[in-house]
Amino acid sequence: MKIDRRSFLSFVIGGAAGTALSPLPWKLTDDSAIWTQAWPWTPVPTDGEASYVNSICSLCPGGCGITARKIDNRVVKIEGMKGHPVNDGGICVLGLSGTQLLYGPMRVKAPLKKVNGRFRQISWDAAIAEISNKLGELRSKGESNKFACISGTDRGTVSELLSRFLTVYGSANFTRTPSIQDSYELTLHLMQGVQGITGFDVENADFVLSFGSGIIDGWGSPVRMFKANSSWKNAGGKVVQIEPRLSNTAAKSDKWIPINPGTEGALALGLANVIIKESIYNTSFVNNYSAGFDKWKRHILDGYSPEIVTKVTGIDKAVIVSLARDFAGSKKPLAICGRGQGRTPGSLKEFMAVHALNALVGNINKKGGVWNLPEPDYINWTELKMDSVASTGIQKGRVDGAGIEKYLHARYLLNRLPEIINSADVSPIEVLFVSESNPGYTMPDTSSVKKAFEKIPFVVSFSSYMDETAQMADFILPNHIYLERYEDVPVATGFQKPIIGLSKPVVDPQFNTKYTGDVIIHLAKSMGGFIADAFPWENYEACLKETLGDRWDKLVENGYWIEPEFTAPGWKEGFQTASTRFEFTSDDINSLSRYAPVKPEGDKASFDLVLIPYDSMRLAGGFIGDPPFVIKTVEDTVLKGKDILVEINPATAGKLGLSEGRYAKLTTPKGSAKVKVHLFDGIMPGIVAMPSGLGHTAYDKFLAGKGININQLIGPVEDSSSGHDAAWGINAKLVKA
Amino acid sequence: MKQEKAKKYGMAIDLDKCTGCGSCMVACMAENNVPFREDESDKLLSIAWMRVYKLTNGKPFPDTEICYFPRPCMHCEGDHGHSPCVSVCPATATDYSTETGIVSQIYTRCFGCRYCMAACPYHVRLFNWWDPVWPDGMEKSLSPNVSVRMRGVVEKCSFCFHRYQLATDRAHFEDRKELEEDEYQTACTQACPAGAITFGDLNNPKHAVSQMVKPDHKHGGKPKNPKAFRLLERLGTNPKVYYLSSREWVRRSGDNYLKNEAK
Repeated sequence: MKIDRRSFLSFVIGGAAGTALSPLPWKLTDDSAIWTQAWPWTPVPTDGEASYVNSICSLCPGGCGITARKIDNRVVKIEGMKGHPVNDGGICVLGLSGTQLLYGPMRVKAPLKKVNGRFRQISWDAAIAEISNKLGELRSKGESNKFACISGTDRGTVSELLSRFLTVYGSANFTRTPSIQDSYELTLHLMQGVQGITGFDVENADFVLSFGSGIIDGWGSPVRMFKANSSWKNAGGKVVQIEPRLSNTAAKSDKWIPINPGTEGALALGLANVIIKESIYNTSFVNNYSAGFDKWKRHILDGYSPEIVTKVTGIDKAVIVSLARDFAGSKKPLAICGRGQGRTPGSLKEFMAVHALNALVGNINKKGGVWNLPEPDYINWTELKMDSVASTGIQKGRVDGAGIEKYLHARYLLNRLPEIINSADVSPIEVLFVSESNPGYTMPDTSSVKKAFEKIPFVVSFSSYMDETAQMADFILPNHIYLERYEDVPVATGFQKPIIGLSKPVVDPQFNTKYTGDVIIHLAKSMGGFIADAFPWENYEACLKETLGDRWDKLVENGYWIEPEFTAPGWKEGFQTASTRFEFTSDDINSLSRYAPVKPEGDKASFDLVLIPYDSMRLAGGFIGDPPFVIKTVEDTVLKGKDILVEINPATAGKLGLSEGRYAKLTTPKGSAKVKVHLFDGIMPGIVAMPSGLGHTAYDKFLAGKGININQLIGPVEDSSSGHDAAWGINAKLVKA
Repeated sequence: MKQEKAKKYGMAIDLDKCTGCGSCMVACMAENNVPFREDESDKLLSIAWMRVYKLTNGKPFPDTEICYFPRPCMHCEGDHGHSPCVSVCPATATDYSTETGIVSQIYTRCFGCRYCMAACPYHVRLFNWWDPVWPDGMEKSLSPNVSVRMRGVVEKCSFCFHRYQLATDRAHFEDRKELEEDEYQTACTQACPAGAITFGDLNNPKHAVSQMVKPDHKHGGKPKNPKAFRLLERLGTNPKVYYLSSREWVRRSGDNYLKNEAK
């Protein structure tokens, strides 16, 4: 056959067309994809039987129900529990990342002892024996009061075991980490004469006036608040947010009213002024169920006219007047406070001013109002028998001064502890237990906290995670994490009904960890005498089962126990003050003295700006740090590489010669840090806002070393009425770097 | 199992309710074995099938407003039956299902040319520049229902297609032809604590999602609800993700307009 031009071209074109029409090219691309991508090191998750386990999340005090999805013995997903009264199927970013906390590199995998500055593994028996010896030694010296404990909560069996251990040992130094719970408890105590829990019937409120509370930034039980927020949108409820920065809560509210930071209490009193002057308060409540109104009224009318309050708060007079009218004119108005997620107790007078607003509109213990819940009463252990060492130790009182003299009403004052320890020649605390809390990160003025910890000779951490406090400890006795243990969760923060949750082991403990409850019981048994007698249980699970009694079976089945029919005590029975009425004033703290906004630390001459922290759902600022998934969701206007971005108003930036993304040096009286600048219109000029939850030095490589911990830059400011930390910010300076 | 009638699964996101908390993002990552790296602050490289954007109205203090904007894959249908990504894929690694209305992504077929990423107007497609690595022991958290992606392939939101498969399997086992509305829900819908996401069949007038947005099927599913809008509506991609907002500036930010153009 002769090959000419024509036949050659036919052959080539025909061949090409034929190949293209054949499956060959597609098969080849497909195969090349398979050959070059099916790497043996890409994990192939093993299949197995799927099952679901209901439990309770205790990563924050919100008390949400969770459902863990398991494949054989692995937890592959955490979801919100459908039908749970608090969160009904919803779940937050942290709750969703539970599997990462379970299997992640931040876990402490075995008991550790620090030897020459480095952690070495130690057996449980040896660790408990060493701690028991140390405690025995201290006690035999008659210094039992030098033993202290910091716990994330004072409710529930684990913290009861810890405080019982301290008491029978001979120390009054059991301490809870601070939060707005402290201030709300005091408010209820002084104004209503009750010792109880504050519940907010938010779902039924139709006008929510929030003095900086991060309703959708993690205040209260976060998921429940999200749901309430959506229900207000459906039902036409209104939210007014008062704070200097356009937070997510402010952005989602019906009205955002920027205010000079720290002056929220003055605004509350200004609103009371208008409500009283215009006689639009609830007369039936005020006339029949309150006391001290006339005295308080004079004080308010004299000192808090809108003209005066305008000057303090920077809010227009007309806005104050119309806000007061809207609030008092609503069917079910509710005023709440506690800035952001409520991790700082704040000014007691501010809380009382806001609570007085609730009283003025008569929504205390009413539908849509603030409720008073009884403390959980299921822990009824046998009366303690104490020896003379113990009673002498208890009589020596608390190191932090809570409960006496100036601090009569405070129960715990952890904020005072670092300074007390640092200013003493020898630390007044020799042995410290730390449970379910991370004061080394969460307490203001980190460097002084660190110094205080270094001064305490013997620190024992029960943390499941390698957090900042655990790093500073001499022993780490890791607890099982919430997915591996039984534990009662006695309250859901801010929930309006008594509810008890039960965390259940979703999987077996993954590492060589032990119940903190078991460690305490073992320690007590090894110390003998009345101490051992106070802990008659074989182990923690037996103790928990016995304590919960009849409720146990239902708790195991449902995950929670609720008193569905609970309603708050009425106005007649609800107040246990001397007058049996609601008290607008309290002589105990001299509440009629002039309200003065809490002053931030630092002089205005050298620090011309004000630094405030802000909270976000995507940055866990408490005991637990962000797991990898959560830190991944943080926006690049908050964290870029290892740099934290602070927010300032473009006008402020212009004055300082700063532009978007520029490095700057942020200095406060407590320290300084290199930050990047993010220009944000939603912030008052003159203010610098920094996210809390960054700047960890512990946990894992996904979290550590990113950004700055705002607690390094802010120090505590003692509230003159309560002794609690009332700092809401600090004076600061920002210069180009 | 083939269901009786063709489905058009879609989503409505109520931006008035969305709080920007990020639960949808993490629920998605946990559900779909999405990997994570030490630094995830370069958002062009960070793999998140669902991403929540923060919009502002651009006005100075104190008139500033923020709106959070969750963005999964839009599962475009396209005016001529072509999703932008599907028509450019040389490896048939992505396809539009007329049975469910879902745009699929078959990882083992993808050879990483990233044409689809260039074609997608919504930036929903993400490329695996690195091998996924889980710290020791953390592979235990991986779900067997979703395959782990390898370096060199593109991935994106699948509307949790494996959940659809599980639900249809169950229905088949129980000898049913149709799925109930709550039987197939995406992980983000299920997790959203604000209840801002609604998912269901746009072809089924009984499903909440179609009642909310009232899709006009004669015009590519354009929403009849005046509060509802779709991203870049005028491109003609006919997304199956709808947004609802009571704020005019938010609705307007869903598309590009000339300076003085009336909507």
